[in-house]
Amino acid sequence: MSDTNYKTAVIGDTASVSGFAALGLSVFCETDGARITKLINRLAANDFAVIYITEPAAALAADTIKKYRSSRLPSIVLIPAIEGNTGDGMRALHEAVEKAVGSDILN
Amino acid sequence: MARLNVNPTRMELSKLKKKLVSAQRGHKLLKDKRDELMRQFMILIKENRQLRSEVEAAIAEADRYMAVAGSVMQREALETALMLPKQEVELEVGEKNVMSVYIPVFSPKYRTSDTSDIYSYGTAFTSTDLDGAVNALSDIFPKMIRLAEVEKACQLMADEIEKTRRRVNALEHIMIPDYQETIKYITMKLSENERSTTTSLMKVKDMVLRQSHDFN
Repeated sequence: MSDTNYKTAVIGDTASVSGFAALGLSVFCETDGARITKLINRLAANDFAVIYITEPAAALAADTIKKYRSSRLPSIVLIPAIEGNTGDGMRALHEAVEKAVGSDILN
Repeated sequence: MARLNVNPTRMELSKLKKKLVSAQRGHKLLKDKRDELMRQFMILIKENRQLRSEVEAAIAEADRYMAVAGSVMQREALETALMLPKQEVELEVGEKNVMSVYIPVFSPKYRTSDTSDIYSYGTAFTSTDLDGAVNALSDIFPKMIRLAEVEKACQLMADEIEKTRRRVNALEHIMIPDYQETIKYITMKLSENERSTTTSLMKVKDMVLRQSHDFN
């Protein structure tokens, strides 16, 4: 598996993600829930190891993202969109702590 | 607590005693595993939090630049400028084993050797704010990769900790007490049987003696 070179994707609205194109990441501008779900499934099956997704886009496909949480790849990371930080990314971290410890000890 | 449904025989007793010993050993091992996983998890969570706030701050800054660039440049021009990237990133995925949780390790490989060679456009027709945005993103990118790694590690470890905790609890509160109670039950039953055999023997002996005395 070390022979395969994996790719990195960014999903979100145009304004938030276009900057990442310059870094050489694969940028997908999607704002429709069903299409985002399909896209994530397709990327996961096609050698994408890391998927950055903006918080509003992630909210539209929350179930799919949850599904990939316990699989080894891809790693789906929430990033703030251009409208600002909704705190969803931090919330996911708190959820993980709650799951592991039994209560949220970060607060 | 419930007694197991087994026959009170010596064979069952020795079987159960063996099971109890291995359950106790398993319990100790799993408890150690849970504690170590928890320790590693707390370290990762701390790093994850730190990285996330750094990454979020950097992206917010890049977005600010981007918003300004978007307002001074035409949308088409902006898109054209970013359309053909010079740089390309590929990830090599390794694996790290932390207490039998397999955590992915990402190492990025850049197409051009100079990682600061990121501007895919000439500077004549683009706003400097676009440079700022691209620069900010490029600076934070290594941390974003690390964030992806740590976040995945946290999720996988949280799953594993939950599973281990359930196993430890099941052993500690159900299996081990059940075994202990059943062992106690069998021991009692066996010694009760023994006593009853002894008494009946004594009784028989008494009867036999009385008979022999009466007849003589």
